[in-house]
Amino acid sequence: MYMIKEYTHLERIEGPLIIVSGVSGASYDEIVEIRTIQGMKRGKVVQLYKDMAVVQVFESTSGMSVKDVSVKFTGKPLEINLSKDILGRVFNGTGEPRDGGGDIFWGEKMDVNGRPINPVARRYPRNYIQTGISAIDGLMTLIRGQKLPIFSGNGLPHNQMAAQIVRQARIFDNENSDFGIVFAAMGLKHDDAHYFLRAFEESGVLERVVMFLNLADDPVVERIITPRCALTAAEYLAFNENMHILVIMTDMTSYCEALREISSAREEVPGRKGYPGYLYSDLSSLYERAGMMEGSKGSITQIPILTMPNDDITHPIPDLTGYITEGQIVLSREIFQRNIYPPINILPSLSRLMKDGIGEGFTREDHPSLSNQIFSSYSRVQDVIALAQVIGEDELSEIDKKYLEFGRAFENRFLRQDYEENRNIWETLDIAWDILSILPRSELDRIDPKYMDARYRG
Amino acid sequence: MEERQGIIEYINGPVIKAYNMENFKMREMVTVGEKKLIGEVISLDGNTGTVQVYEETTGLKIGDIIYSTSMPLSVKLGPGIIGNIFDGIQRPLSYIHKMSGGFIREGIGLESIDLNKVWDVEIIVKEGDNIKEGEAFGMVQETPLIKHYLLVPPGISGRVVSVVKSGKYDMEKVLLEVDDGKILHSLKMYHNWPVRTPRPSKERIPIEKPLVTGQRVVDTFFPVAKGGTAAIPGGFGTGKTMTQHQLAKWSDADIIVYIGCGERGNEMTEVLEDFPKLVDPNSGLPLMNRTILIANTSNMPVAAREASIYTGITIAEYFRDMGYHVAVMADSTSRWAEALREISGRLEEMPAEEGYPAYLPSRLAEFYERAGYVRSLGGREGSVTIIGAVSPAGGDFSEPVTQNTKRFVGAFLGLDKKLAYARHYPAINWLSSYSSYIASIEKWYSKNVSRDMMALRGEMLKVLQEESKLLEIVKLVGEDVLPDEQRIVLEIARVIKIGFLQQNAYHKDDTFVNLNKQYRMLRAINILYEYSKKAVSKGIPISKIRNSDVFSDVMKMKYTIPNDYKDEFEILEKKIDDYFKGLMNEYKG
Repeated sequence: MYMIKEYTHLERIEGPLIIVSGVSGASYDEIVEIRTIQGMKRGKVVQLYKDMAVVQVFESTSGMSVKDVSVKFTGKPLEINLSKDILGRVFNGTGEPRDGGGDIFWGEKMDVNGRPINPVARRYPRNYIQTGISAIDGLMTLIRGQKLPIFSGNGLPHNQMAAQIVRQARIFDNENSDFGIVFAAMGLKHDDAHYFLRAFEESGVLERVVMFLNLADDPVVERIITPRCALTAAEYLAFNENMHILVIMTDMTSYCEALREISSAREEVPGRKGYPGYLYSDLSSLYERAGMMEGSKGSITQIPILTMPNDDITHPIPDLTGYITEGQIVLSREIFQRNIYPPINILPSLSRLMKDGIGEGFTREDHPSLSNQIFSSYSRVQDVIALAQVIGEDELSEIDKKYLEFGRAFENRFLRQDYEENRNIWETLDIAWDILSILPRSELDRIDPKYMDARYRG
Repeated sequence: MEERQGIIEYINGPVIKAYNMENFKMREMVTVGEKKLIGEVISLDGNTGTVQVYEETTGLKIGDIIYSTSMPLSVKLGPGIIGNIFDGIQRPLSYIHKMSGGFIREGIGLESIDLNKVWDVEIIVKEGDNIKEGEAFGMVQETPLIKHYLLVPPGISGRVVSVVKSGKYDMEKVLLEVDDGKILHSLKMYHNWPVRTPRPSKERIPIEKPLVTGQRVVDTFFPVAKGGTAAIPGGFGTGKTMTQHQLAKWSDADIIVYIGCGERGNEMTEVLEDFPKLVDPNSGLPLMNRTILIANTSNMPVAAREASIYTGITIAEYFRDMGYHVAVMADSTSRWAEALREISGRLEEMPAEEGYPAYLPSRLAEFYERAGYVRSLGGREGSVTIIGAVSPAGGDFSEPVTQNTKRFVGAFLGLDKKLAYARHYPAINWLSSYSSYIASIEKWYSKNVSRDMMALRGEMLKVLQEESKLLEIVKLVGEDVLPDEQRIVLEIARVIKIGFLQQNAYHKDDTFVNLNKQYRMLRAINILYEYSKKAVSKGIPISKIRNSDVFSDVMKMKYTIPNDYKDEFEILEKKIDDYFKGLMNEYKG
């Protein structure tokens, strides 16, 4: 029988960690309640050695002393209560109400760590989500059950894009199932949080949103728990309530920095740029919670947002993220400075799952080859621009000049789009034909001749 | 014998330490705590031992008990492996699904292939026969494609003292008793084999056959040999997994072992959904009949990810011993290396480069050296080919895993971000890739495809190399200023790139291309090249040459000419012939 004991003496306090000695019966990963003069804090056991337990405290340890505390081991991992009542509510990073409303009493208690989905139990994602943004729908189509991050930089309009996706997202199928949004903020600025709140309000989806907010001045350690609470809520809504859930997680960079901070406090062997060696495994324990499962109609689609430090895509955070997620949408500062919204650099962007969710029976039969052709031609445009910078535009060959013209049309008519503008997939594909028709027929080597005859207008 | 139990005194993620461990053995499999989690002893020091646990350790306590199993981490080798999907320590995921629902929980226990299943066994030895290790004593038709030979485990030889008749038996039935003069061995349909020990063979045979993959850039330019090793490195989004899937689908191996090591769950699901629907071009039967999947996705426990590579290769060696050609796809070896790093970090070992343990190169070598073309103990010829994906951090090939892998593999298929951005798939860079198997399999190509196949390959590679030099100049001054004989090189390189190197995995004819068609395509391009050069030397302007239909016909032959072509290539060659002859006549007068 497990006895709940209280311990009143701490061995050490080191940053976010406290070390309790004389402990017996503590279990790995369990939740600890710490009563201090300032009130109740929570933490979890991250290491056990003989009678010592290392506890990672979710809130700040400042003001704590080794004496005036009482520590209680609960014997349970962190669990949150979940029911459909969470829709429309705002919680803090550890799942406590932040909106002045009451606790969620009803419903199911679920462990926030989740468990890996058995690959045998997964359903392969095949249905597309129309975001109304041409660059995404046409070239990196979002699929229901996918994890498709936005790789951004500081000051780029990733928040607007996420808000626009939330407002415009439509799914096409016969079952008219429920959809919902789970929003996880890690280290988000107050005004950004307000921005999202207002955006949700304006698009009339507020009562379908669950928010887990850990803002920039909230405790760092709580940030580790925030996405886990949010994804647990998403799993509940998707797999128990059969809803289609879109999860927005921002900013993954703050999450990873929090992880690094704790890792270094624990004196772990660092990997690349000081991030812990298990960063990949840790990130995948979040991203892999997207998907669809047998026996449930619901789905979890993730759009994590991260700001690339110094706009460097090879930095460990975007790098490891890209290895786990099913593609990425990369924003470019250079395009943004040319005042194009959304500033998506399509060349490094990719949706891995679109191949099975577009084309005949989904969008339109010419979609796959059309998107292939745009990627191929736009990549040629980059070579021509580089050449034009050396020899001048006038010296370019006729065909290269056509490419330049195509490049401009692509950016101004296809990529550029108003924040309020919602284009359906057929409009998007028609614009694609318009701009590709600038190029001579012989250059369009990726398109099946039978579509050319029907739609090429050059 | 005393009960062997260790007592836990330290827990840090998948790494636990315990005392009272003096009677445990290194690399022994253990069960841990009330939930009986599976683990493996990875170091012993006096009476304390360190164990890596293959399941989540949440809820484990100080003072919990570690039980010995007296056996190293092993897999069960017998009928029932093919067509299945296992986790990193050979537990069937469909069984776990049945037991614990959609999410994988810990404490499932040590499950493996289905031992209750009844198979139709054909016995091929009789009482009094002498039988040696590695020889077959019976046979089971495991799938319509694969005859599963029941092998005498290595280390056992002797006289058959009793044997059952052919018939239907379950896996636990003793089929055969062998007397080696000292001990009487009872043989069942399966035996255990420790995953970290390579299965022995009689001898290695020199490599001389290619693994035909149906992928032009691989078969023609950078072939992989049966029994050889290859690495496919590439940053994210360059198509590693896609390439691995294509190889798993179309390679002419008898059996494919696909190890999803620390990769995405949806990718494994895709294989599970696609392969039963896809048809093997050689047999006309569903591909699942020859495929074995090992899935330890990135969010499954990290220690089992480390083990998954060994589980996969051991299963591959077992089928090799039956005389099959087995191809192992390991996606991705970098995740395996990271699992090593993660566990090494938790053991507080001294890190070498980028935090990887100093034993990384030796572990990589051990793994790749388990590939080979062998004569098995039973005298059959079989092979294991390893194709490992590498996911270099930041797409930078100078990192330790890529660099060390390069030392131990025979073929290097480097994926290129820039090609992937332009949607040139497969994005294998023809300048940085290489294959050291050309010399050993050249003879096979001359005999089975054509004498001049490798010569044409050399010719085409030369064109591509020349193109890359010319492109440097074009970047500075534009294409128009180049003389025509150089511009024609650029044009032909474009034909090679679009018409030959790019291959469409979603096109019914193009997804797999047999060697004869590959050769005819090369030949057509070469004829075009030779004529174009001749035409240029006669002073015919390049615009006249380039703008003809024959260029686009050659570029489209991959789609327009099927694998079972009849006279289409003759017609195409004649068309080129006629066009250039006409052109040269026109400019003569």
